[in-house]
Amino acid sequence: MSDLDAFRAEVRGWLEANCPAEMREPIREEGDVCWGGRNWVFKNDAQKRWLEACAAKGYTVPDWPKAYGGAGLTPEQTKVFKQEMKRIHARSPLDSFGIWMLGPALLQFGTEEQKVQYLNPIARGEIRWCQGYSEPGSGSDLVSLQTFGEDKGDHWVVNGSKIWTSYADQADWIFCLVRTDKANKYQGITFMLFDMASPGVTTKPILLISGNSPFCETFFDDVEVPKTQYIGEINRGWDVAKYLLGHEREMISGGGAGGDMVSIGGAFAKAFGKNAAGELDDPILRAEMAAFDVDVFAYRAMGERFMDMWKTGRAHPASSNMMKYVGTELNKRRHELVMSGGGSEALEWDSEETKGGARARGWLRTKANSIEGGTSEVMLNVIAKRILDLPGA
Amino acid sequence: MPLYHNDDQAMLKDSVAPFVAEQAPVSHLRKLRDSADATGFSRDLWTQFTEMGLPGMLVPEAHGGLGMGHMEAGIVLEEIGRNLTPSPFLATSVGAVAALAKAGGTQAGRWLPAIASGEAIIALAIDEGAKHRPDRIATTATRAGNGFRLDGKKSFVLHGHVADMSIVAAKTDGGITLFAVPKDAKGLTADPRRLVDSSLASHVILDGVEVDADAVIGEVDAGGDILDALLAATRTGAAAEMVGVGQGAMDMTVTYLKERKQFGKLIGEFQGLQHRAAHLYGEMEVARATVMKAQQLLDEGSEGAKLMVSVAKAKAGRAANLAVREGVQMHGGIGMTDEYDIGLYMKRDRALAEYMGDVHYHIDQVARMNGY
Repeated sequence: MSDLDAFRAEVRGWLEANCPAEMREPIREEGDVCWGGRNWVFKNDAQKRWLEACAAKGYTVPDWPKAYGGAGLTPEQTKVFKQEMKRIHARSPLDSFGIWMLGPALLQFGTEEQKVQYLNPIARGEIRWCQGYSEPGSGSDLVSLQTFGEDKGDHWVVNGSKIWTSYADQADWIFCLVRTDKANKYQGITFMLFDMASPGVTTKPILLISGNSPFCETFFDDVEVPKTQYIGEINRGWDVAKYLLGHEREMISGGGAGGDMVSIGGAFAKAFGKNAAGELDDPILRAEMAAFDVDVFAYRAMGERFMDMWKTGRAHPASSNMMKYVGTELNKRRHELVMSGGGSEALEWDSEETKGGARARGWLRTKANSIEGGTSEVMLNVIAKRILDLPGA
Repeated sequence: MPLYHNDDQAMLKDSVAPFVAEQAPVSHLRKLRDSADATGFSRDLWTQFTEMGLPGMLVPEAHGGLGMGHMEAGIVLEEIGRNLTPSPFLATSVGAVAALAKAGGTQAGRWLPAIASGEAIIALAIDEGAKHRPDRIATTATRAGNGFRLDGKKSFVLHGHVADMSIVAAKTDGGITLFAVPKDAKGLTADPRRLVDSSLASHVILDGVEVDADAVIGEVDAGGDILDALLAATRTGAAAEMVGVGQGAMDMTVTYLKERKQFGKLIGEFQGLQHRAAHLYGEMEVARATVMKAQQLLDEGSEGAKLMVSVAKAKAGRAANLAVREGVQMHGGIGMTDEYDIGLYMKRDRALAEYMGDVHYHIDQVARMNGY
C-alpha cells in the first residue's frame, strides 16, 4: 500500500466516524451552509459537531500548515481528501471569505505573528470576515476608491463608505482597502483589517432583485484602526488586493459555476418526461441542454488544466480572468435553462414546494456572477491587454 | 497525470512544430491545389514524416512503431491543423492504427509494420451518406466461398483513391464486421472528389468485392468495439487538428489586429474587436483543454473517454468555427480574397467539422450518454 493509499484509508475511516449523516445531504437552503463567526447560530447539532470535528483535525483548511489551524496536507493528499469528501457527499464544514480570500493573502503577505493571530480563528470558524473593496461609483474600477485613512501616528482614522459588502451585517471583521496616500493612485492604498464592532462602523443591507439581501452598504465614520492591523506594506495594499482577487475569481468561477457542474439534461429528464424514443420531451430544449452539457464537461476539463498549470506556475497570470469570464457566463446560462426546464413551477416565489422560490431566486442571483469580482467586460479587457497584447487596451 | 504537456511531450512539440511549419506551411497546400495534384498530399512530405518516425507513433513497438499515445499524436495533428498540411496522418496513423491495434491478429501483423515504415496509406470507409451515421451502416458482407462478398457504397473516404488498403465497415449476420480491403480488390472503385478545402475524398463503390476470410479485422460480427476504437481515435484526432486550425486562424487574426489601421488607429484598439478576440481566446483555451482531456482518457483506457471524445469533437468544432468566422470578418475585405490565407482556414475547418460527426451529432451523443 502506498503512502497515499494509506492516507486515503485513514481519511475514509475518519470521515466514517466523524461526518454526521445530516451533513451528507445536499445543500437545500441558505442555512445549510455554515459560515461560522461570533454570532453564528448552528442550524442543528450535526452542523456544530461537524465543524468542531473538522476544525480539531485541521480539515476546514486541509492544505494550510498545522501551526495555522490546517492539517498540513500535501497537494496530493488534499486531492485525496476532497475526493473522499465528495464520495460521501459531505457538506463543506465551513464556508468563509477568511478561508477563500483573506487566508491565502495572509499566507502570502502576513507576518508570522499575523498568521498565528488571524489564521487559527479563521480555520476554526470563530471570526466571520467580509470584504471591503467596492465603493459607490467605482464598480469594477477598484483603484478609484475614495475611503481615506488619515495618519494619526499609532493609528489611522478611516472615513468613507463601501458597497456590495457581502454579508457585512453578519460579519465580525472586515478586510478593507483604504486610501492612505491621495497623490498616488496605485501605490497609495493600504490593506487593513478591523473589527466591525469598532465605533463608527454601520451597515445597511441592500434589497436585490432576488428578494434577498446578501450585500450591504457599509459606512465608516471616524473609525480608528491601529497601525498594527494592516497586511503587506503601507501604501502597497494593491499588491495584496490583486493577489486576493485572483483567488476570488477562482472561487466565483469554480464555486459559482463549477460546484454543481453536472449534466443538466440528465437531471431534468426525470422531472420533464421522455418521449417514446426515451429522449427529453422537448427537442429544442433537449438540444440546448445538451449543448450546455458539452460546455459544462469542457469547462470542467479546463478547470482541471487550469489548476494543474496554476499550481506548477505554468498558467498565464491573467488566466484566472479567463476562467472567471467563461465560468460565470456558463453559470448564467445554466440558470436560464433551469428556469426553462422548471416552467411555471420555477416561477413560484414563496411556495413551500419550491423552497421559497429557490430556483427563481437562484436564477436572479446568478446575474451578479458576471458583475461581482470584476465584470465580464473588465475580464475581456484584461485578456485583450495582458494575454493577447492588443494595443491601447 | 496533469493536464499539460510533460517534458517529453514538450520536446516532441519543439521538434514537430518547426518541422511542419518549414516543410509544409500554407504555401505547400496552395502549391498542391494550384497544380491540381491528383494524390491529395505530397509523397515527398510523407517520406519526411517517416524519417521522423511520425506515421508509426501510435503503432505498438512490437509492430515496429513508437508505441506512443493520443496525447503525442495530438501534438502532430495540431501542427498539421495550424499549417493546413494535407496529410494521410489522421486516417492512416491514428484511425486505422487504433482499429488494427485493438483487433490484433493477421491484419494487424500485415498492416501495422507497413504503416510504421511509411509504406502503407490506409483509408477509412465508414460513412455512407452526406452525414455521419455509423449506426446505420447498410453495406453488407455475405459469406461466399472461402471468404466474404462486400456490396455497398461509401462516401467521404479520405485518400480512398490512393489508399493501399481500406478499412470497410459492413453488416454481417450477427453485427458489424470490419474488413481490410486491398487496393486491387476486384469490384472496388474509388471516385475521388475535390472538396472545399482542396483535399480529395472518394465515393467508394463495393460491387461484389470478394475478400478472403482472413481479411476480417478482429472477429466476424464483433467489429463494433473495433469500430468504436477507430471512431474515438479519429474523432479525437480531428478535434486536435481543429484546435490547430482554430489557433492558426486566431493567431493570424490577432496579428492583423495589431497591424491594420483604420480611422487613424490600429483596429486592435477598438473595444468591440478586443472583446470578441478575448472571447475567442477563452473558447479556444477551453477547447484545447477538452481535447487534451479526451486524449488523456483514451490513453488511460478510461470508461469516461467516450463521453469526453464527443465533448471534444463538439467543443473543438464550435471553437474552431468561431475562430475562422471571426478571422474572415476581422480581416474585412481581404479576408474574402483567395490571396490571403484566412479563407483557407475557414475551408479546412468546415471539412474537419463534418468529418466523423459534426457538432450536432456529438451534442446529441452527449445527451444520449447522459440518459436523455
